[in-house]
Amino acid sequence: MGRETRRILAIALKDLTAERRTKANFNGVLFFAVLILLMFGFALGPDADALRDASAGVLWLTVLFGGVLAFNRSYEMELENGALDALLMYPGDRKSIYLGKLIANLAFVLLVEVLLVPMAVVLYNLPVNPRMAPVLLVLLLGTIGFVTLGTFYAAMASRVRAREVLLPLLLFPVLVPLLVAAVQATRAIMTGDVMGDSHAWFKLLVVYDVIFLVASYFAFEYVIEE
Amino acid sequence: MSDNYAIELSGVARRFGHRWVLRGLDEKVRAGEAVALVGRNGSGKTTLLRILSTTLRPQRGTAKIFGYDVAKQSDEVREHVGLLGHNAGLYDDLTAFENLEFAQRMFGNEPTPNPIHEALERVGLKDHTNERARGFSSGMRRRLSLARVLLRRPKLLLLDEPFASFDVEGIERVYEIVREVVAAGGSAFIATHDLARAQPVIDRVVRIEDGKLHQVSQANQHEYAEALRVIDGGA
Amino acid sequence: MKTWLANYPVRPRWLRILGWSVFAFFVATQAIAWKISPPDRDMGHLEKILYVHVPGAWVSFVAFTCVFVASIMYLITRDIKHDLFAASAAEIGTVLTGMTLGLGSIWGRPTWGVWWTWDPRILTYTVLLLIFISYLALRSFVDDEDRRARWSAAVGIIGFLDVPIVYMSVKWWRTLHQMQSTPSTIAREYIIGMDLNAFAFLFIFLYFVIARYRAARVMHAVESRREDAALGVGEAMHV
Repeated sequence: MGRETRRILAIALKDLTAERRTKANFNGVLFFAVLILLMFGFALGPDADALRDASAGVLWLTVLFGGVLAFNRSYEMELENGALDALLMYPGDRKSIYLGKLIANLAFVLLVEVLLVPMAVVLYNLPVNPRMAPVLLVLLLGTIGFVTLGTFYAAMASRVRAREVLLPLLLFPVLVPLLVAAVQATRAIMTGDVMGDSHAWFKLLVVYDVIFLVASYFAFEYVIEE
Repeated sequence: MSDNYAIELSGVARRFGHRWVLRGLDEKVRAGEAVALVGRNGSGKTTLLRILSTTLRPQRGTAKIFGYDVAKQSDEVREHVGLLGHNAGLYDDLTAFENLEFAQRMFGNEPTPNPIHEALERVGLKDHTNERARGFSSGMRRRLSLARVLLRRPKLLLLDEPFASFDVEGIERVYEIVREVVAAGGSAFIATHDLARAQPVIDRVVRIEDGKLHQVSQANQHEYAEALRVIDGGA
Repeated sequence: MKTWLANYPVRPRWLRILGWSVFAFFVATQAIAWKISPPDRDMGHLEKILYVHVPGAWVSFVAFTCVFVASIMYLITRDIKHDLFAASAAEIGTVLTGMTLGLGSIWGRPTWGVWWTWDPRILTYTVLLLIFISYLALRSFVDDEDRRARWSAAVGIIGFLDVPIVYMSVKWWRTLHQMQSTPSTIAREYIIGMDLNAFAFLFIFLYFVIARYRAARVMHAVESRREDAALGVGEAMHV
């Protein structure tokens, strides 16, 4: 195994192990997400059709708000005990720190989604049949883009005051294309994708993911230093 | 050749906000030397160590470790430097063993349990091998970070107040590791305000005051150690 | 021995002359635009707002491009002056973008009957404003100069990459839903007015950015001087 690969996996494993031990963060984020899902329901309902129409947007907004909590938390564990300094002192490529945290955050958010989506299906009375399978792909692609940028911006936001405000402020404007593409693709698929609209959105999602993964990967070492 | 110098400082300056903490430091530490850096609390010792460990960049001047510039060649510098710092840099939710295993992987090696067990035994943490670091006292945390240094002896060992929050046993371990590093041809740079405790392992002393470095001669060391102890109210 | 600071007044004469010329040019182009364009059939005299709104929009993209290029230059050279330039361009750009959006809303109300609409250009533009604001917000939270410059540069670059993607995504979104479209064909008489004013706004932007940049460099130089005094270095400084 290459040296950098080992380091990337070490960081991902370390993050996930610590997370698994405390569970406080996962439970907190999951509960918060479910709460948002319910609140949206209260705010937009009770008409079942209106809720179903809005469901794709609601689900993605829920993921966004929940994810923001997760990203800051991922760096908080480095800030206690000066672990970040120690992390920066190890020999090797600092970009590996980014990839390691990206993998851990991705696993975290995907796991939240695995529990959240069925709940949304129930609450918003969403149709479930094999034709809906591409929605899972949308979910995956959208989550990758989201976690890519969230991991990047949180490296900065987590280290200044008012981090709960600064992270959304930095992250959300840049996520607009992702949000639009993910929601539109989901809606298209859920309504049968008659016009084949979803293909264009898939392309956009892939392009988005690639561009920002590459950009964040190279920009990361400029922001992680002291 | 500059390769013979473990540390070469030339006009190093660094400020925080408007306050200049380091105001143009010049110094050379040869390979095989152990040097104590003494100074009052807040005199900039930690800042200098952070620059040497590439955590901070100097805003003026240059610092070189074995010929490598800390700002421009920080990757090479980090291959040669290890820091026993103020903060232990540990993960509370991992066990002592897991923290060290993580360190092994981060050094780029396949994790092997034997060196970890040996290191833990040496620092007296064998009984806490599988306990999470969250429950550790500050002394135990210090010892765990010492164990991490033992896993990979660096060519330049930086120590930041290594004698604080260590008991007699722990201090003995610190002496051992400094001697081992020096015996292997490396150097140690010890920042401390407790000169008396540093004496057994060091070759010479430099003092940092008002952001500048001064040599402290053999003759003056004893008075100076006393003066520091009185001013700072003990170790 | 003359120091750099003494040779770098904040408002040198050429800058003041430039400022007045730019202002005069702007007044002239506005007058020309107003004169040569008859009241629009549908919009009446309201369309005169477009002579400020549209050029303003173009120039705010120029501003963002300046931020992008200056950010890259900073990361390559680590020379603080690029960061100061990026910050200046961002400040002016934010004001310009906010003003353009406001004017657009004012124009939209009588024209379409609404203060706001989910049109791709407006949305892209709003996202641009948000990215500008988040850029400035980040800067305000970071005190360390080096860190602020590095972080701003990274955020500026990533934000810039986003803008064309936002436009593409929102354009497709709108097409799918057959939203009401803004009038995109403009009669020839108006084009000259637009182009002239685009230049006028470009010059206004450049003037303000240069003035702001110089002020920033002087402030930085004063800090450097304090630094050198503290370090006991007395010679001519570099900034």
